[in-house]
Amino acid sequence: MKIGVLSLQGDVREHLLMLERIGSQGIIVKKKKDLNSIDALIIPGGESTTIGQLMEKERLIEPIRKLAQEGMPMYGTCAGLIVLAKKVSESNQPLLNLMDIEVRRNAFGRQRESFEADIEIKGFKTPFHAVFIRAPWIEKANAKVDILAEFNGKAVMAQEKNLLVTAFHPELTDDTRIHRYFLEIVKRS
Amino acid sequence: MVKKGTYRVKTGLAEMLKGGVIMDVTNLEQAKIAEDAGAVSVMALERVPADIRAAGGVARMADPAIIEEIMNGVTIPVMAKVRIGHFVEAQILEALGVDFIDESEVLTPADEEHHINKWDFKVPFVCGCRNLGEALRRIGEGAAMIRTKGEAGTGNVVEAVRHMRAVMDEIRRLQNMPEEELMTAAKNLQAPYELILECRRLGRLPVVNFAAGGIATPADAALMMQLGADGVFVGSGIFKSENPPARARAIVEAVTHYDDPDVLARVSKKLGEAMPGLEISQISAEQMLQTRGW
Repeated sequence: MKIGVLSLQGDVREHLLMLERIGSQGIIVKKKKDLNSIDALIIPGGESTTIGQLMEKERLIEPIRKLAQEGMPMYGTCAGLIVLAKKVSESNQPLLNLMDIEVRRNAFGRQRESFEADIEIKGFKTPFHAVFIRAPWIEKANAKVDILAEFNGKAVMAQEKNLLVTAFHPELTDDTRIHRYFLEIVKRS
Repeated sequence: MVKKGTYRVKTGLAEMLKGGVIMDVTNLEQAKIAEDAGAVSVMALERVPADIRAAGGVARMADPAIIEEIMNGVTIPVMAKVRIGHFVEAQILEALGVDFIDESEVLTPADEEHHINKWDFKVPFVCGCRNLGEALRRIGEGAAMIRTKGEAGTGNVVEAVRHMRAVMDEIRRLQNMPEEELMTAAKNLQAPYELILECRRLGRLPVVNFAAGGIATPADAALMMQLGADGVFVGSGIFKSENPPARARAIVEAVTHYDDPDVLARVSKKLGEAMPGLEISQISAEQMLQTRGW
């Protein structure tokens, strides 16, 4: 299984290390041709406006959309969640427009409000230590979207078929469960 | 239990900035240009380093009103500078809710012996360095991100190169050293022993390391990336150039595609005049910014 990590900007290295740790191969994706050799795609944390603009410049938006619509599994963390969404409140930044959710950026506040907390995730036996950095939340979701975790009543992890998103950063911890969960989605696809 | 302001969320924000460009801006209009060009963050200032250098006198933290206006007008993280050792300026920036504080040699130092104890703050700090020892001393004081100093406001990349090479060379040397020499290395570098061990294990600094000070072109930015920077700060280089939006966009692309000369060639075309550069030998010793702090 070759899992691409969109490497335009953000915490690419942490995702590659996580993939290595779970015995998978991470592939750097910067250009259209890099998409040919992958079975799945991770969109890392970073600045969503920067990643969106660089996707536009590299003409990556349509090819990635097409792959997702054909069923390629994709996982977005934080900025990746934003970029995968259909809508971002009060913004017209470039998006992949794939997952049927509306997202609020920096919803938990500025950096001063960034936090760590243990959260319950549907299907996980023990809590997950989640790291939220200037994190977004999912404001609205279509009924087809499965909300997998909430924090203080706000949706922070969700899945819609082949698309998985978290508002927090498992790649900044040693807990590999979410990456392994994603790998299972990839294996089934 | 919800924990805010932990070292992990501080260094975590720095991780999210990797592969990005942080641009100096002096007003909301410039901040928006930077954001539209794809900057990952902006540094809110009253004057860019080239103007600070030209003006002389004491350079201090910017007017909080300017910083606030920029914070309210863009969605990307906003950084601001405090004088070395001036922990009250830092308290003020933390109260404003600034996302990152730069304890910076570009401003006139408030303390010639001590830097700020950055563990006291919930907001992360970035600090400058010229070599590995300086970087690790700042990390020991709680810095969540490092930038090599270069020589700010010159548009001359030579000092940035010198400092990045120094840091990377010293790390490579640590990696090749027999274990019994590491304590001596810590002594010689004047750096905490535990951080020396961590650098050796990781083959890099334990926190994100950007390049700064003199970057004026897409090629300069890509050069710093190829030398091992995680991203770049561009100070005067953008808004002292002829066409700031075009240059800003080009530098953003150059940082992402730093190892692709075809892209670098394309983005380097027709950017207008770069900022006028300053030859380092023309700067007197007391005018050098990089020697501020230790």
